[in-house]
Amino acid sequence: MLTSALRILVIDENRIRAAIIEAGLREAGHSEVTLVDDVTGIAARIAAVQPDVIVIDIENPNRDMLESIFQLSRAVKRPIAMFVDRSDTASIEAAVDAGVSAYVVDGLKKERVKPILDMAISRFNAFSRMERELEEARTELESRKTVERAKGILMKSRGFSEQEAYALLRKTAMNQNRKIGDVAQSLVTAAGLLGAGDDQ
Amino acid sequence: MSQLHQISAGFLPLLDSAVLVVARELGFAANEGIDLHLTRENSWASIRDRLAVGHFNVAHMLAPMPIACNLGLTPLAARTIAPMALGLGGNAVTVSRALWDEMLAQDAAPDLDPRSTGTSLAAVVAGRKAAGKPPLRFGVVHPHSGHNYELRYWLAACGVDPERDIEIVIVPPSFMADALGARRIDGYCVGEPWNTAAVAKGVGRIATTKAGIWRSSPEKVLGVAAEWAEEQSGALSALLRALYRAATWCGDGGNHGELAQLMARPGFVDCPAEWLKPALTGLIRTGDGGEVATADFFVPHAKAATFPWKSHALWFYSQMARWGQIEATPANEAVARETYRPDLYRQALRDLGVALPGANAKVEGALVTKTPVGSAGASLVLGPDGFFDGQVFDPDRVEAYIRGQLPAGLKA
Repeated sequence: MLTSALRILVIDENRIRAAIIEAGLREAGHSEVTLVDDVTGIAARIAAVQPDVIVIDIENPNRDMLESIFQLSRAVKRPIAMFVDRSDTASIEAAVDAGVSAYVVDGLKKERVKPILDMAISRFNAFSRMERELEEARTELESRKTVERAKGILMKSRGFSEQEAYALLRKTAMNQNRKIGDVAQSLVTAAGLLGAGDDQ
Repeated sequence: MSQLHQISAGFLPLLDSAVLVVARELGFAANEGIDLHLTRENSWASIRDRLAVGHFNVAHMLAPMPIACNLGLTPLAARTIAPMALGLGGNAVTVSRALWDEMLAQDAAPDLDPRSTGTSLAAVVAGRKAAGKPPLRFGVVHPHSGHNYELRYWLAACGVDPERDIEIVIVPPSFMADALGARRIDGYCVGEPWNTAAVAKGVGRIATTKAGIWRSSPEKVLGVAAEWAEEQSGALSALLRALYRAATWCGDGGNHGELAQLMARPGFVDCPAEWLKPALTGLIRTGDGGEVATADFFVPHAKAATFPWKSHALWFYSQMARWGQIEATPANEAVARETYRPDLYRQALRDLGVALPGANAKVEGALVTKTPVGSAGASLVLGPDGFFDGQVFDPDRVEAYIRGQLPAGLKA
C-alpha cells in the first residue's frame, strides 16, 4: 500500500525561517505544507488543514495554548502529541537546543516523522547561524563607520593626516588591549561630550 | 565560599518570579556560593522542555505543573519535584468593561467579594443562555494551573458549570489584557501584573482575587529536576536557603519600592514599576477609579508561604480529577503527594533557626483567624486560609472530597 503524503503545518512567527523550513520540506518531497505565522484562529485552521505533523518554534509564546488545542480541541479528529522518541534522548536535546518542536497525530510511525524533525533541526540551526553572521557583519560595519568618524575628529582637532589618525587609534587600542572600534567609540563619545570636532 | 555551585533557572515574566530574581540580584544566591543563572522564557511548555533536557536545573513553575509532569499529563517531562513554594496568592480575575456593566446590572458588589461578583456573573451567564447568546469566554494561562482551578472552583461554587456554561481558553499571561481589549475573551484569571495591566489600559475591571476565592492559597513552586536534586543535594540545599532569605526580603514592606523597580526591568517582567505596586501593597486598583485593600493578596514569605504543603499538592490533584484531567486512583494520589518535598525544605533550612511547620500537610480552609501552630525553630502563625464558600479540604479524605465535588448526577 502506498502511504499517503503527510500534511505538515509549520507555525512560526518568523516568516523567513518558516519559508526556509518549507523549502527544506519540499526538497525532501513533502508537497502538502502549510505555513502559519499568526496564531489567531489557529483551531479553525488546524481543523481545516488536518495536519499529520505540526512544527513549531520553541520560543513561540503561544505554545501552551497550542498544546491545549492539540489535546482538547474538538477540531482535531485524532489526538496530537509532542513527537518524542524516548529511546533517542540526543534527538530530543538537539531539538530543544535548536529551538524547534514537532507534534504528530496519534499512530504515525516514528520512521516517517524523524526525518522531518531532523530536517527542521538542521534548518533552525542554519537559520540561527545566518542570523549570527548577519549580526556580526552589522557590528563590523558599525565599527568601521565609527573608526572613520574618530579619524575625522583627530584630523580636525589635531591636524593629523588620515594615516596618522589611524596609526594613533591602532596604537592606543594595542596599548590598552582593546578593539580599535571600541577606542574609536570612546573618542567619538568624548568628543560629543566636549562638543569638539564631530559634526554629527 | 569554598565551592561555587552553578545553577541554571528558568522563569516567566510574572511578579511571583520575584524570589528567584531577588536571590540573584541582591546577592542571596552568591552568599550561599551559588552562581544562579536566570533565563526568561516565553511559555510554560518551554520551561518544562528545557528542564527535561537539562538546560535548567530548577524553574519557576505553576504549582500543579510538577504534579502534572509526574502523572504523565505533559508531552515531555522529566521527573520533577517541588521542594519549595514561591509564595501564596498573587492572582485575580479580570472581566471586560462590557461584562462588568452586565454584572453591575445583576448587583455585583464593587469590593471584589467573590460571592457577590460570582453570583452576578452566574446571573449574566444564565441570562445569555436564555437569550441564545454565545457563551462567555475566559482565559487562563495553562490547563494545569492554579488559575484554571481557582476560576473553575469560584464559578462552580456560584452555580456556573465551567465545562458547559462558559468556554475556557489558554492565553499567555502578558497577552491577556490585549486579548480582552480586542474582545477575543470576556475575562481571565492571571497573576500580577497582568490584571493591573488591563486596568492601566482601561480595558478591564477586576472582579475578584485569588486571595478572595481561597485565602493563603498556593500559586508557584520551585520545580526541580529530580535527577539533578539527587545528584546535587548540597547545591539544592544552598539554593533553598538563598531563596528563603530572598523571600524574607520580598516580604518586608520596606523593600517593596525597590522590589517593584527591580522586577519592572526589561530583563524581568518588563513593565512600568507602577503596575507591580498594587500586588505588593494589597491596594488593588479595580478599574473604575476605586481601590480595594485586599488582605494577603500576595504573600511571599509570611505564613510559611514558601513551605511545600502536601495538602496543596493533593488539592491540585483533587481538581485534576474533578475536571477530568486524571483518573482518581490511590496510585495517582500517591504521585501527587510525593511530588511535594517538605522533607528537603526542612533539611535545607534546619540550621537557620527559622519557623518550620511541624506537619507536612494541613486541613485547608480550617483556619478562620490567625493561629499559632506547632513549629520547630521560631514561632509560626498561619491563616486565615478559608475557601470563600466555607468548604474545607482534608488531605486525609481526598477521595471523599473528589466525590463530593462531582456533579449530582455522577455521584456514586
